[in-house]
Amino acid sequence: MAHFTPLASRILPLPMNDVDTDQIIPARFLKAINKEGMGDNLFADWRYNADGSPRTGFVLNKPEAKGAQILLAGDNFGCGSSREHAPWALTGYGFRAVISTSFADIFCNNALKNGLLPIVVDPATHADLLDLVEESPQAQVAVDLASQTVTLPGGKTVNFPIDGFSKTCLLNGVDELGYLLGFADQITEYEKRPGL
Amino acid sequence: MTKYLTLFQKIWNSHVVAREPESPAVLYVDLHLVHEVTSPQAFTGLRRRGLKVRRPDKTVATMDHSIPTHDPSLPILDQMAAKQIQQMEDNAREFGLTLHGMNSPHRGIVHVIGPELGLTRPGMTIVCGDSHTSTHGAFGTLAFGIGTSEVEHVLASQCLLQRQPKTCEVRVEGALAPGVSAKDIILALLAKIGVGGGTGHVFEYTGPAIRALAMEQRMTICNMSIEGGARAGMIAPDNTTFEYLAGREFSPRGRAWDEAVARWRALPTDEGAAYDKSITLHADDLTPMITYGTNPGMGMSITDRVPHPDGLSDLSQKMALAKALAYMGLQPGQPLLGRPVDVVFIGSCTNSRISDLRLAASLLKGRKVAPNLRVMVVPGSQDVKKQAEAEGLDAVFKAAGAEWREAGCSMCIAMNGDQLEPGQYAVSTSNRNFEGRQGKGGRTFLASPLTAAATAITGKITDVRTLLN
Repeated sequence: MAHFTPLASRILPLPMNDVDTDQIIPARFLKAINKEGMGDNLFADWRYNADGSPRTGFVLNKPEAKGAQILLAGDNFGCGSSREHAPWALTGYGFRAVISTSFADIFCNNALKNGLLPIVVDPATHADLLDLVEESPQAQVAVDLASQTVTLPGGKTVNFPIDGFSKTCLLNGVDELGYLLGFADQITEYEKRPGL
Repeated sequence: MTKYLTLFQKIWNSHVVAREPESPAVLYVDLHLVHEVTSPQAFTGLRRRGLKVRRPDKTVATMDHSIPTHDPSLPILDQMAAKQIQQMEDNAREFGLTLHGMNSPHRGIVHVIGPELGLTRPGMTIVCGDSHTSTHGAFGTLAFGIGTSEVEHVLASQCLLQRQPKTCEVRVEGALAPGVSAKDIILALLAKIGVGGGTGHVFEYTGPAIRALAMEQRMTICNMSIEGGARAGMIAPDNTTFEYLAGREFSPRGRAWDEAVARWRALPTDEGAAYDKSITLHADDLTPMITYGTNPGMGMSITDRVPHPDGLSDLSQKMALAKALAYMGLQPGQPLLGRPVDVVFIGSCTNSRISDLRLAASLLKGRKVAPNLRVMVVPGSQDVKKQAEAEGLDAVFKAAGAEWREAGCSMCIAMNGDQLEPGQYAVSTSNRNFEGRQGKGGRTFLASPLTAAATAITGKITDVRTLLN
């Protein structure tokens, strides 16, 4: 996994609650046997008309969407299916962080394994960020994982939580499977238990 | 640390292989279920690293999501699905895994075949790249869905890196009235707590109404734990569990069986053990439930009226409900009873087991499905199909005018050819009513098999209690 480096980007708002992974990437795109190209179908049913043309008004089709790396999502983002295709689609599109008031458990796990940073903020900060993008869609927000901060254009800084293990993995590009395989001896020992 | 432990804590504690400070636990996995949709990229990862599957004997694969449910002698026309199915076969062969492939008599939905083969047993940890893995918790098993990276981790190491979730007791007091079933319990719970109410927690369902349920009904409840955001759902094993498991293909036999039952009897939560959270429902108050919106938490009693967004104080919830009703084409305040539908779907890992089919058939026997209504009955596995045919249930469905299909996920996920047309309405026994879940533009009302069968007869959303007696 690549190292997570500091980023500064515009924010794209999608502030609906309970956005499920079927919306992030509909099931018909899950027949692929690789990870590539998922970004083209990110939010496909909200993003495209039946004829495949971009749907006017959807946030990903606005001019300011181009190059944006931060999604501002609503509560319980990524609920439903365990499909890792959801973070593959988000990162494939170019997102590197999602800010919300909460994330569904499996989505959060999957995001962290793909270098996509789930940032949890309190409702007041979430509202401030939403006001910010509504007033100035071009505003740049900085995310720094090392200091666990989001910095707004006026210089206001907000801290966000992340567990130490995930932070280390993201910052240093640690390969979690490599870490897990380091326990091979303990796993072999465990497997000697009766009944296993 | 307390000496009194919950069911979850007992299983968790006995599966921690190692744990470093400030790091997640290395948790051992007793059974890894694999299917064609969430595994190809994991096998690619193994190949890239030159790794093997550590325990092929603890790994079982099947094909369920993208396979068509039509006559199996017909070719698979969807080239991408055909390729994915071929890839599963190739991967199973290359890595030495047991695969219940196209021609296996045991092929079926992964969460149906695990229990029916006796692969799912109390006290185990079970994972699968599928959120409805929570189903297996009905056996007093810690079972949860994982992503594809984690599928690769388990294939390679038989372990997962996991943070310990919290526990939540969901106690269901009382007894269910006729016409009300397990599906209505879980839909009522979801209506109460919402789709994020269980985040970070493992549910343990307790109380007399849960104890009274047969295993297949318990599976229905645990299956939809994920719809409340819970990591897993569990029910302590008891005699009902042991009777279900006795004699199954992979269940222990003879002395090994007696020893296993003795171990399983020690699993239930100790009296005096504490949960982090607790929720109580009263089964006597429950009626048949139905969803009106675009997530499983948007549910109500079938006799209620569609709620009004203005009745909600939270602005984002108000917006979410307004958006859901617009997608569903529903008006606040209107009843759902009597509303015509286009399709009735009886199937999915929630409600496709033999008892679900028996319930549906009991209502459809000697009756006809409404004109111009498509009714699909899709058994959860080829074994369920065989059993249903032995009991003559297929004849009941076909005589009524319903389609009797091959096993698979079918219209629950709309990636196998079975799907709603844009704008169509379905009453479905599946687990998700998300926008487009059953086909792009399709609109889903989630309900029990009894409600689905009642609706199949009238062609309109129907309170099954009016057809009983």
